[in-house]
Amino acid sequence: MNNSEKKRMNGEAEEENEEDVEDEGRDAWERTYTDERSWEALEEDESGLLQPIDNKAIYHSQYRRRLQSLSATSAASRIQKGLIRFLCVVVDLSKAAGEMDFKPSRMAVIAKHVEAFIREFFDQNPLSQIGLVIIKDGVAQSLTELGGSPEAHIKALMGKLGCAGDSSLQNALELVHDTLHKIPSYGHREVLILYSALSTCDPGDIMETIQKCKKAKLRCSVIGLSAEMFVCKHLCQETGGSYMVALDEGHFKELLLEHAPPPPALAEFAIANLIKMGFPQRAAEGSIAICSCHREAKVGEGYICPRCKARVCELPTECRFCGLTLVSSPHLARSYHHLFPIEPFTEVSARQLELSRVASKTCFSCRESLLTPGTNKAGPCAACTKCKQYFCLDCDIYIHESLHNCPGCESRRITPAAASVTMS
Amino acid sequence: SFSDDVSLLVVLIDTNPFFWSTSSSSLNFHQFVSHVLVFLDLIVRLSQLNQIVVIATGHNTCDYIYDSSLDTDQVTGEGELPALYSFVLQRLEEFVNKDEKLGAKQEGLSEKRASSLLSGSLSMALCYIQRVFRSGPLHPQPRILCLQGSPDGSEQYVSIMNAIFSAQRSMVPIDCCYVGSHNSAFLQQASYITGGVYVKPQHLEGLYQYLATVFAVDLHSRSFLQLPRPAGVDFRASCFCHKTTIDMGYVCSVCLSIFCKHHDKCSTCGSVFGKAQLDAASDRKRKASES
Repeated sequence: MNNSEKKRMNGEAEEENEEDVEDEGRDAWERTYTDERSWEALEEDESGLLQPIDNKAIYHSQYRRRLQSLSATSAASRIQKGLIRFLCVVVDLSKAAGEMDFKPSRMAVIAKHVEAFIREFFDQNPLSQIGLVIIKDGVAQSLTELGGSPEAHIKALMGKLGCAGDSSLQNALELVHDTLHKIPSYGHREVLILYSALSTCDPGDIMETIQKCKKAKLRCSVIGLSAEMFVCKHLCQETGGSYMVALDEGHFKELLLEHAPPPPALAEFAIANLIKMGFPQRAAEGSIAICSCHREAKVGEGYICPRCKARVCELPTECRFCGLTLVSSPHLARSYHHLFPIEPFTEVSARQLELSRVASKTCFSCRESLLTPGTNKAGPCAACTKCKQYFCLDCDIYIHESLHNCPGCESRRITPAAASVTMS
Repeated sequence: SFSDDVSLLVVLIDTNPFFWSTSSSSLNFHQFVSHVLVFLDLIVRLSQLNQIVVIATGHNTCDYIYDSSLDTDQVTGEGELPALYSFVLQRLEEFVNKDEKLGAKQEGLSEKRASSLLSGSLSMALCYIQRVFRSGPLHPQPRILCLQGSPDGSEQYVSIMNAIFSAQRSMVPIDCCYVGSHNSAFLQQASYITGGVYVKPQHLEGLYQYLATVFAVDLHSRSFLQLPRPAGVDFRASCFCHKTTIDMGYVCSVCLSIFCKHHDKCSTCGSVFGKAQLDAASDRKRKASES
């Protein structure tokens, strides 16, 4: 029992002299405290009360690192984003999902966050579709078909929360492969597996299935809840997906939501196609028609398919009679910010801001003072490379994560000559 | 403490001289501003806790005009007119001069350039509102009121839609009182998507009445009123090639550009349809080396 021997050794070493024990003898959690002793960062003010630690700067530098890594990968090669996505979410409901290391149980935590993920996914990718698959008792079953309505998926998932039996990764992959094989060629095929178990019981050779998925251009990603497994890592490496293991509930939520925006689509995966779509008008007020989704007579609100004039209740959807994809222009517009992203702002140190000739040291968009509160000295801020305006750190985050417009650039009128230079 | 009927109203005033000078309506810019000033005064009188921010939407730039929460902008009244009026009028005049100077270098502007920089002022308004959200759990309920007359600028479509979706996520309604000649499709969509109210007054001489009856009431109390309902919001798309509205078209699966006819190649992203992009790129290379 190697581990427990090691632990006993560590215990004795700790009593002797912490500083002298070599790093290899320590557990990982002890090593993190050798370099960063976060309790030493606490400070007291004049009256002896503890001052709050400034988390803002740390948060902002983490955010900037994330932004830089994202823009570096997309600028490095001509990678486009897969905007029309067909995603199968595979939820492992084997016995391991009943473990209570995530409170109240792994299964409950997964269900809660998958609901939020589904809503966020359709918000960011209105033209895409999701299908749910569960693994239970060593068998994979398709819970919902590929579809674009979030409510149907969420309702089905909440109704089926019970865990039992073994988990079988191969069965899940086979099922997902058959489902995603039938979709049109312009769609991006993705699989997201939420895996709680530490093993997989397969009827055949899983490596063959992995190769089959790779050939079918399925991008498989896994989020593990227990520990890293070789077979998951291999699957993700072969198919070009990402493999992460969640440390706690907050981390799991973050990892899951990272899959909501479209991933970079490798050029060889995407077959560009022109998809015929309809942009229906709203039905006239007071008009009566039988809607094609509920087979009931409805008055007023609704949309008319431009090809076959059938009435549908909500968009986006596929007309049941003629099969035309029906969307409204805002649905397409929701994805335009992925195609026209704004550049990250550059960091401006306090010194640079002081030296700059800006008259009033306020953020251009929210007019909050850029001076450190309580002092007259400039604090750190960010600047846009194109319009050269200064922004506070919070606006920087809001602009890049939610707004996707630089207020400085939008408040400038660019002449056509200048515009053609910047576009090329 | 804030009760739920306290408002933060961010007003975006359109000062675009290309609209106001060519407008054939019964309202000129100075009359328009006087209606708006009385309306702003009304908001302030309805509750001491109400806050107002005014941002000007110009032709070449946008800027903050007034912020009721700033000490420098609070001036005590003297004489007949409220001090608010003279302060805002002076700032507006400074802004219009600045806007004009910025455009002095451009020549020969056609009809199309008559649009204002609505996306700029909308973005600034949303950033200001985020700042208010950050200030703590007790804050007034924010909303944006666009007083717009200039036509939509099609070059701003993507930025305005981005702003609309961000407002929708933050649950900030975008209202609009449109004083131009033809309805603004952008602002109709903005109000529809964010749950705001869009009004195009029939009789502009009575503009203050529309403002006072529709837009003075706080968000919570709106549920007790019969407000103008959206009529015929047009959600059809425009094709990228001719800018005509179409009800059926072709969408590029890579960049989502909309076309009215079938093409072999996408003019926006260069994708060749029907082929995997890597094959298409190597085809192009081969053809280039052969020729």
